Amino acid sequence: MPSPEVIKWLRFKFFPHIWCPGCGHGVIMHSLLRALVGLKLDQDKTVIASGIGCSSRMPGYIDACTVHTTHGRSLGFATGIKMHNPELTVLDVMGDGDCTAIGGNHFIHACRRNIDITAVVMNNNIYGMTGGQASPTTPPGAWATTAPWGAIDPAFDICKLAEGAGASYVARSTIANPKQVEQYITNGIKNKGFSVIEIITHCHTQFGRKNNRRTPIDNYNFFKESSVPLARAKDMSKEELKGKIVCGEFLTGTDAPEYTEKYGEVIKRAEGE
Amino acid sequence: MAEINRVAFMQGNEALAHGAIAAGCRFYGGYPITPSTEVAEIMAYELPKFGGKFIQMEDEIAGMAAVIGASIAGAKTITATSGPGFSLKQENLGLAYEAEIPVVVVDVMRGGPSTGLPTKVAQQDVMQARWGSHGDHGTIAYVPSSVQECYDLAIEAFNMSEKFRQPVLIMSDEVVGHMREKVTLYKPENLIERAKPSVPPDKFVPYLADTKTQVPEMAAFGDGYRWHVTGLTHNDWGFPTNNPKEIEKKMLRLMSKVNECRDEIVKFETFHMEDAEIVVVAYGSVGRSALRAVRDARKVGIKAGFFRPITIWPFPDKELESMIKQGVSILVPEVNCGQMVNEVERAVHGKAKVTLQSLVNGELFKPSEIFARIKEGC
Repeated sequence: MPSPEVIKWLRFKFFPHIWCPGCGHGVIMHSLLRALVGLKLDQDKTVIASGIGCSSRMPGYIDACTVHTTHGRSLGFATGIKMHNPELTVLDVMGDGDCTAIGGNHFIHACRRNIDITAVVMNNNIYGMTGGQASPTTPPGAWATTAPWGAIDPAFDICKLAEGAGASYVARSTIANPKQVEQYITNGIKNKGFSVIEIITHCHTQFGRKNNRRTPIDNYNFFKESSVPLARAKDMSKEELKGKIVCGEFLTGTDAPEYTEKYGEVIKRAEGE
Repeated sequence: MAEINRVAFMQGNEALAHGAIAAGCRFYGGYPITPSTEVAEIMAYELPKFGGKFIQMEDEIAGMAAVIGASIAGAKTITATSGPGFSLKQENLGLAYEAEIPVVVVDVMRGGPSTGLPTKVAQQDVMQARWGSHGDHGTIAYVPSSVQECYDLAIEAFNMSEKFRQPVLIMSDEVVGHMREKVTLYKPENLIERAKPSVPPDKFVPYLADTKTQVPEMAAFGDGYRWHVTGLTHNDWGFPTNNPKEIEKKMLRLMSKVNECRDEIVKFETFHMEDAEIVVVAYGSVGRSALRAVRDARKVGIKAGFFRPITIWPFPDKELESMIKQGVSILVPEVNCGQMVNEVERAVHGKAKVTLQSLVNGELFKPSEIFARIKEGC
């Protein structure tokens, strides 16, 4: 049961939620809310943005300043909000298709700017809401309605992508480890810069059903068995790491300046003229 | 900081940027594109002097998203673009209509389709201004024809955007945007600001519209009012709905909040319409050539008149019709293959013969070309 503090952050008026029974998004939402409660954030000063997809319905259920935008574009909206009012704590919750396909360009540029936004990417390897089409993180060989003979596209490594593009906090966990998810989201929000937390979750309805992970429990067990902590992964060969989910904090802050602080300096220079 | 009240000699794009700042705009998000880029450049230089923010986004789509986001956080915001960029902005523009977020969007029109003629004037986007974003919504769009009007209409656009809580478009064109003229810059009086919540947060119903204005009050994120913004059709609570009554209520209000106030939004200019036997209806940069042609016609004794829409949307249809006598000829010069001409025909209900004068070679009409058609009787 959620704690009374977590319950305060829920919009019961907007329930029931749209997620299938057993969906991993619920685990992520609860972990995220525990992180917000743990950080003692003010609901009036917390913004949660999202794009389109199952995961993007999450902000509607959270009693904060919430904005459900267009497919892939949420980081553009979040950037405008944060730029105008840097006092706000801004989170952006996305799915794998939202973040890395249609929103890929926005994602890498938000990383590059190192703007103080925390991106929570729920990666279930599929487009769930539209009925099971391949996403940029669908593993090669997996079945999807738009890859009926097996996916041939290589999959993105979201954490590597974020790191390469300039994010200053990058971590990965799975819904089988909700305490870790909570910890990483907490650390991501604390990081003054662009933070990316990839959370491996499942869509048993659209992905698992056709890829031998039919029930939520099948997925949960799969995540537990496949997860490898970053410290251990460092000593493993490429061959040994095949099919594994490396979990951990890949980057915990850099010396890169935060974007809205840099713009604050621009204002000082311009006003002094 | 530069003095606001002054007479200057500047480009239309420049005046538009200064007009926006005078209207209280404090946020620009966008992407460079000819022939609108000067608006971004001026804003990048000027906005931080006023404590405002400028951000060059990764593309046109993100530019549109950023200005909507900043508006949700309480800023008056603007973005400027041209043809291809205007196409890219349509999806997020739709979100601003649906979620009722004030924002001003400038399209400095150039020739199309596609990349078309980046440095040449056109008026090919005026129908896109009305119908470019999918779904029904009311549209407010201005067509400036001088540098002074770029300044004045930037202020007007912000006022209407704040009042009706929706995007307002300024459909400038390459000639108006790049032309240099004398302009009087001034501090505008009686600026309109979006209505803030009149009730405490626990009583706030974010999309419950005022019964008279049909516009809901708007809180900024961070103001202590928590609300949900969505591009999905929503109820008064801002939450997605499939309820036929709630859907219809929202849809009809999106249209009627503009339609029922069209009389106060519509703007136009006329010259010698009282006894006109031949009327030229033109807008934007073409309006300048047309007015000169009408003056020249009067000099040689032709009873010519001039009607210039300043709002292309809502179109000043009943105003035009009221000034048209049975049997007059109307000439509609446009730098496109015929877009506003259909609105003119619709407006006059067959009372006048309406003729299109189309020019699509990348050039602007010379007054003599319009004068020749007036002389021929269209």
